[in-house]
Amino acid sequence: MVLLGQAVVSGILLGGMYALIAMGMTLVMGVMKIINLAHGALVMVGMYATYICFQQWGIDPYLGMFVAMPLLFLLGCLIQRFMINRLLHVESILPENQVLLTVGVMLVLTELVRLVFRSDYRSVATAYSGKTFFLGGVSVNVPMAVGFLIAMGFTYALHLFLTRTDLGRSIRATAQDREAALYMGVNAPRVTVITFGLGAALAAAGGSLLLPLFYLWPDIGHLFTAKSFIITILGGMGSMPGALLGGLALGVAESLGATYISMGYKDVVGLVIFLLVLLFLPGGLKSLLARR
Amino acid sequence: MGRKKWLLAAGVLVALVFPLGLRVPYHQHILIMILVWATLGNAWNLLGGYAGQASFGHAAFFGLGAYSAGLLVHHLGISPWWGMLLGPPVATAFALPIGLVCFRLRGPYFALATLALGEIFRLVFTNWVAFTNGARGILILPEFTRKLPYYYIMLAIFALSLVMVRVMVNSKLGYYFVSIREDQDAAEALGIPATRYKLYALLPSAFITGLVGAFYMNYVAFIDPHVVFSLGDVSVMIILVVMMGGVATLWGPAVGAAIYLALSEAFRARFGAVSLLPFGVLVCLVILFMPNGVMGEAARLGKRLAGRREGWGGEPA
Repeated sequence: MVLLGQAVVSGILLGGMYALIAMGMTLVMGVMKIINLAHGALVMVGMYATYICFQQWGIDPYLGMFVAMPLLFLLGCLIQRFMINRLLHVESILPENQVLLTVGVMLVLTELVRLVFRSDYRSVATAYSGKTFFLGGVSVNVPMAVGFLIAMGFTYALHLFLTRTDLGRSIRATAQDREAALYMGVNAPRVTVITFGLGAALAAAGGSLLLPLFYLWPDIGHLFTAKSFIITILGGMGSMPGALLGGLALGVAESLGATYISMGYKDVVGLVIFLLVLLFLPGGLKSLLARR
Repeated sequence: MGRKKWLLAAGVLVALVFPLGLRVPYHQHILIMILVWATLGNAWNLLGGYAGQASFGHAAFFGLGAYSAGLLVHHLGISPWWGMLLGPPVATAFALPIGLVCFRLRGPYFALATLALGEIFRLVFTNWVAFTNGARGILILPEFTRKLPYYYIMLAIFALSLVMVRVMVNSKLGYYFVSIREDQDAAEALGIPATRYKLYALLPSAFITGLVGAFYMNYVAFIDPHVVFSLGDVSVMIILVVMMGGVATLWGPAVGAAIYLALSEAFRARFGAVSLLPFGVLVCLVILFMPNGVMGEAARLGKRLAGRREGWGGEPA
């Protein structure tokens, strides 16, 4: 019973941070209807930015993320403005062209980071890295708990931004119907640029929160791309509550899989869920919520 | 027509004789790898290019082919060359259910489903240590110490894939494939059973991919799940190679493979581990500025020139 509780708690804590990364992806997918295979690479770049802050100037990762986020926001805006938006006007045989462009971006980012930092494994050792506390018999890792709380804070802030501000409403309008939003005077191309930047900033935030928990190397991006895809499809494209629930569900499923099946097959659990949802519940959790 | 035949004959002659002139085994190795990627590209192009079903999981078929050969040695001590017979049917057998399941999905969702399936194969082959020897992989003793025999075997496989794609695409099937790619609903409305014809594209594609996988086991003599089931280095790289050369063109994959190998080998010496950087940059540039790849844009340019000469009425076939 304690083992079960332990697995569920750490799954939820980790899942909350995955959810933050996935919200960046679901936002981009919802607004632009594009599949962004570079999302994990953006997480990775954000993690390196936070890592540099820690290594060079001794800035704590939880503060370093406020350096990484604006940087990644800028990078995301540039990618959208000068690459993906351009592609809308290019005719080609395969509609998957934009997916492949994000693959190209992913390759370039990953290899650039490898050029600078080599493929070495790196980690951030803070004073609280190994600390744990007990919560009714269940031990909780401090960086996990703090990361989870910050992630939930960001989620709430994002929710307020999307529902209460003009810009947030424009983003949601563009996601619902780009043409109609254009007629209503929304500057859709600008909105897409800001959305991609926001998605990249969320990726950086999630990555920075996970930095004290994961080893860092240039190829870690693939891991996060896969996870955010699973969450996005699980939650339903473009749905924030879906992404949150999906993130928590994936975290718990992986944690249970690792505890009761095996560490190696943990990732298979996520992928099988992904396939099943894709096939039998194409709208994801969002469609279940809407049915109520 | 006569000129084309001469060109083809000259090409075959060069392909047969040229490697004899190369004294450095490394250069012969590059030629073999170009053929490997060109053949993989041909196989992918049939499904992804002509039928428009962009698979992000072809590493599954490649890995199944490679492991069919490797496991024959590992478990039964049978020569891995028999894997060349076993690998393709195994890959095809797995392709059938995969196709039946994934073809329910369209466009990006199909891409994601195949991506997930490819990853599942990689994880299972990594973790099922009793059967696959896990991440330690499989090591065999190569049959030949010289490169030339491998070159000619791979050349034959490449030629097979090329003929297969050409024959299929020039038959009624080819039109069905393209119509499904361009507008699946319209194709179905005209009475084309989309799923069945997508399978007709997938099964040969998986067959060839499995064959190349089995050859790879024999040639490289070492495989592990992270190499042959790799998402980035196999599944996605096949697509980029085809993209670079020209989607839905006969010679596109070969041209793309040559560019890929030339770039990554040229920069391997200088940059070491990051030899993929220039390729990544080139991929972005090609997608942005030459969306139909080298052969696609060349064909378009040729058409435009021909059109100027004959007036816009004459559309070359």
